[in-house]
Amino acid sequence: MRYSEFLRGVITTAEKDVKIYYKKPPVIIFGLLFPFLMFLAFYIGRKVELSLFFPGFLAMTLFFTSSSVGPLVTPWERQAGTYERLLSYPVNIKAVLMGDILAGSVFGIAISSVVLVGSLFFINMQIVNVGMLLASILMGAVAFSSLGVLISAPATTSPSSIMMLSSLIRFPLIFISGIFIPLSQMKGVIKYMSYISPLTYLVDSFHSGIGGKNVLPTGIGILALLIFSGLFLLLAIKIHKRNMVKGL
Amino acid sequence: MTVAVEASDLSKTFGDVEAVKDVSFKVGKGEFFGFLGPNGAGKTTTIRMLTGLITPDSGKALIDGIDPQKDPIHAKMKMGIIPEFGNIYVDLTAKENLHLAGKFYGMSKKEREKRASELLQILKLKGRENDAVRNFSKGMKQRVNIGCAIIHEPPVLFLDEPTSGLDVQSKRLVVDIVTEMKEKGSTIFLTTHNIQEANELCERVGIIHEGDLVAIDSPERLRNTFDKTQSIEVSIEGEFDIDMLHNDHVNKIERSGDKLTIFTDHPDVTVKRLVKLTDEEDLKILSLRTQGPSLEEAFVRLTGDNE
Ligand SMILES: Nc1ncnc2c1ncn2[C@@H]1O[C@H](COP(=O)(O)OP(=O)(O)OP(=O)(O)O)[C@@H](O)[C@H]1O
Ligand SMILES: [Mg+2]
Repeated sequence: MRYSEFLRGVITTAEKDVKIYYKKPPVIIFGLLFPFLMFLAFYIGRKVELSLFFPGFLAMTLFFTSSSVGPLVTPWERQAGTYERLLSYPVNIKAVLMGDILAGSVFGIAISSVVLVGSLFFINMQIVNVGMLLASILMGAVAFSSLGVLISAPATTSPSSIMMLSSLIRFPLIFISGIFIPLSQMKGVIKYMSYISPLTYLVDSFHSGIGGKNVLPTGIGILALLIFSGLFLLLAIKIHKRNMVKGL
Repeated sequence: MTVAVEASDLSKTFGDVEAVKDVSFKVGKGEFFGFLGPNGAGKTTTIRMLTGLITPDSGKALIDGIDPQKDPIHAKMKMGIIPEFGNIYVDLTAKENLHLAGKFYGMSKKEREKRASELLQILKLKGRENDAVRNFSKGMKQRVNIGCAIIHEPPVLFLDEPTSGLDVQSKRLVVDIVTEMKEKGSTIFLTTHNIQEANELCERVGIIHEGDLVAIDSPERLRNTFDKTQSIEVSIEGEFDIDMLHNDHVNKIERSGDKLTIFTDHPDVTVKRLVKLTDEEDLKILSLRTQGPSLEEAFVRLTGDNE
């Protein structure tokens, strides 16, 4: 009974996000255009083994798409004055945030799936473990959309300052991850730093699904993403709760 | 009296500002309760604590016996809330906003369809239901907002200054809708800083000032207090003795600059006296204005009486 009402809040919030925020320019730019440009920059003029770099690219796509909805929603609602109205419905902050995470995840999964399926046609890749691949997409999406929701926690009514913050956080996470330099070639401090980025685990997880060249033991990546998700979610709830009044 | 809304010792401080201080009251089931106070009195803060939006520093609220702090989801199922600054989604149409609200309240698609079309009729928005709310006037937006709050026919309705900034027609419509909700048995909790509005609509009025609940009574009994707070603002050229202006109906005269504010429970008599007097003394009236009851002044009287 209680759970069904909570769940209803989550799903209705997510539906609202899909209807309103998927169409907003920052989501289109960071969620669609940006990964596409990165893709071009990545492949054109580089004589690399496409199949070797594909997991990294897929991870980046999932990262950008999943984390693009979260940072937008709460600041936008605060600015538009809809935040208090939303919280006046039978929801609590947890349900709202989980709804935002769900909306972000669905966006990431949908776009990444299209990229994955499309790429299957012209990149010769070997999918060695479908289960791992799908689980990685799912967990990656949840982890990064949770990160996005966490980024939106500061008490501001300005979506643009949050978009700035989100770039400040997201880009370093890419650079220290195993996207540009494969984890297997990293050494010393760089290698340890890469373990800070949740993206590293996703890339490695994708490797265990595609091509089978993962560095970490199979499954560790998924576990790490699960832990990141929980951490981001808990932190997001805590900070959003604290800042709720300021945003009304 | 069956209690629908109960506040016990609610307090909230923001930094140095004690927004609400130990406020307690009960609102009966089906009652139309007005919460009256000037700007910054603590009305919105009180409503937000009652509806579980902010946590009180101390004290407790109960809505139909449910503590909105402990069980916000169930408490909010019983309420319709129109926040002072709560906007609906301008990217959605009027109908989509109503449906979204219905979904949050757990209504089936069929129920939503039925209620939404009913409400669009009542709110005089038929024909505009599929337009994005972005292009609506303020009054139309507020009507949709109210629709979103009453779509589930809540037993308790909270309205935070629902008519402020609306034109006469929209105001009328809002008042009619709320009155009808009350007739159907809902409890209404309405905040306002408009004495007239409180007098006309409410069965009982609570007056809050700087976080203190200074009086709770029926408008009839408060009217006595309010009446004494009517005033005449006058500016007179020439020398004269202020005491000449006093009569049985004048409670107080205040001077600020060249203006005098004469507080009176009988503006008619007082103005006539004033005109006669200035005529006799050959004084010139530069300006004259009668002012309705003042909440600030009523507060001064109420706390004065209490002390
Ligand atoms: N989130 C907040 N942070 C800091 N101070 C606040 C906050 N909310 C309210 N206050 C302060 O608390 C006091 C009461 O404010 P409140 O909004 O409850 O008054 P109100 O009666 O609703 O006034 P109004 O008629 O202007 O809407 C004010 O001094 C206000 O500045
Ligand atoms: Mg207010």
